[in-house]
Amino acid sequence: MKYESQAVAKPYFIFALVLFVGQILFGLVLGTQYIIGDFLFPEIPFNVARMVHTNLLIVWLLFGFMGAAYYMIPEEAETELHSPKLAWALFWIFAAAGTLTIVGYLAVPYATLAEITGNDLWPTMGREFLEMPTITKVGIVVVCLGFLYNIGMTVLKGRKTVINLVLITGLLGLALMFLFSFYNPTNLALDKYFWWYVVHLWVEGTWELIMASILAYVLIKVTGVDREVIEKWLYVIIAMALISGILGTGHHFFWIGAPEYWLWLGSIFSAIEPIPFFMMTLFAFNMVNRRRREHPNRAATLWALGCAVMAFLGAGVWGFLHTLAPINYYTHGTQLTAAHAHMAFYGAYVMIVLTIVSYAMPIMRGRPNGNSNKAQVVEMWGFWLMTIAMVFITLFLTGAGVLQIWLQRLPESGEALSFMATQDQIVIFYWLRLIAGLFFMAGLVVYLVSFFVGGDEPQLEKA
Amino acid sequence: MAERFTKSMARNMYMGGSLFFILIFVGLTMDTVRQMPGRDNRENLTEAVAHGKKLWEDNNCVGCHSLLGEGAYFAPELGNVFQRRGGEAGFKAFFKGWMNAQPLGIPGRRAMPQFNLSDEDLDALADFLEYASGINTNGWPPNIEG
Repeated sequence: MKYESQAVAKPYFIFALVLFVGQILFGLVLGTQYIIGDFLFPEIPFNVARMVHTNLLIVWLLFGFMGAAYYMIPEEAETELHSPKLAWALFWIFAAAGTLTIVGYLAVPYATLAEITGNDLWPTMGREFLEMPTITKVGIVVVCLGFLYNIGMTVLKGRKTVINLVLITGLLGLALMFLFSFYNPTNLALDKYFWWYVVHLWVEGTWELIMASILAYVLIKVTGVDREVIEKWLYVIIAMALISGILGTGHHFFWIGAPEYWLWLGSIFSAIEPIPFFMMTLFAFNMVNRRRREHPNRAATLWALGCAVMAFLGAGVWGFLHTLAPINYYTHGTQLTAAHAHMAFYGAYVMIVLTIVSYAMPIMRGRPNGNSNKAQVVEMWGFWLMTIAMVFITLFLTGAGVLQIWLQRLPESGEALSFMATQDQIVIFYWLRLIAGLFFMAGLVVYLVSFFVGGDEPQLEKA
Repeated sequence: MAERFTKSMARNMYMGGSLFFILIFVGLTMDTVRQMPGRDNRENLTEAVAHGKKLWEDNNCVGCHSLLGEGAYFAPELGNVFQRRGGEAGFKAFFKGWMNAQPLGIPGRRAMPQFNLSDEDLDALADFLEYASGINTNGWPPNIEG
């Protein structure tokens, strides 16, 4: 750790991992409810568990991104963080607001939560992924503003590297697009149209900038490849991400009331959305192959490579599978969508956060050369268990989706099976998915155990 | 990457490319908003529909159901439930009966909570679903099952 203030990233990473555990636990509840429909009903209805599952994901990824920024930005800027105190204060505010919101979801019926948090005054709740009370949304904005001010001031007084500028642009875009969550017109078509400004322009826009810059940073550190080379790659990758991803938003405008030209625009531009992800894979492997040193933290390198590959598979390949309008007409809103979402979020965003955690945590814990070999082996077991489990979750959900489309979507009215009858037919896939989910949980436990494995710090070796 | 392709060229590609497509996207959004009146069934946006949408949100219906294919995939699509369950003639009666019968209490079956909505609320929610079914969705879903 070159600057002491970087250490403020530590609580962010730790809390992110705690929330990650909660997310997976509720994922297992949901997976069980897909099989035993009334499991935990009425105490935890499906919609509540799903809210907790998805909102925890979003919040812990945000904690991870913020931790990444607090760690990376001072080092890149070659100066201490503007205000570590502010970073700590925002940590507690965000952690408290997030915890209270989740407790609110679980403790009272959603309608009651909406009522007591004043959703009547400014209704923003009850929309997918943006279920948090309006006041929580305001809290997120406040935390983001303080956070951006803090890292912005740090960058201003220090060295302005490409990685820092791209990371800040991504985080700024994230905060900016979130403001659309406050716009909730009565007109359902317009509501949906601008809802995608948050959701799509996060995960297929601004978040890709954040992901690419973290990847670039870790690759510089573990490979020692010249910054100039890495920065050039970074620019081209994010250029392709935005060139394809902005108009790629159109693949969500096919069936929600928007004009027909979106069928063409959305299909064409989202068809090129896999390119930036493919480039990230090429980038990661190229840099590791051209490495100038053997960094002793091999686990971090594994996460970086794995992240690039899984993001390409999950976001790129599984996204492309159903993004063309004539195909999406049949696949829209089926388990195929769920398959894509699981692998894309894991591959791109979960893994990039775990990449920076893997690189930065040992350093913050006073092990500049990474964890002991023993600890790294355990961490890599966690990597493979979680990653392979996610591959199987995706494959089983894909099976469920294809069968669902076959039974429910392709036949004519009158011959097609109803939604509920179809669900009964595909339950075998839900069983298999749940088993894969249990393996994922096991992988997560192994991963967390790796933090407590001791042993001697590995030694630097020359390449 | 080839040496001829410099970092500043890459940066220009990023800056120029993203600015260009942001402007196109803003332009297309303006055009979409301009075209929406002919497509989004706003002529049927009554007070009751607005109240129904609020109820839809306050009870987190999208946490299990999908609406125009978006939401959760645990319970049936409701964008065309108006047509699927009786249409003009029978939907409201069906809908009220259905909502009041929840939870069905069939062991092992996916269970829908009882939301204790008033008769007026149920009317509004039904109106909202009827309004949603009138949005021009380019022919989606492929069949009545949603």
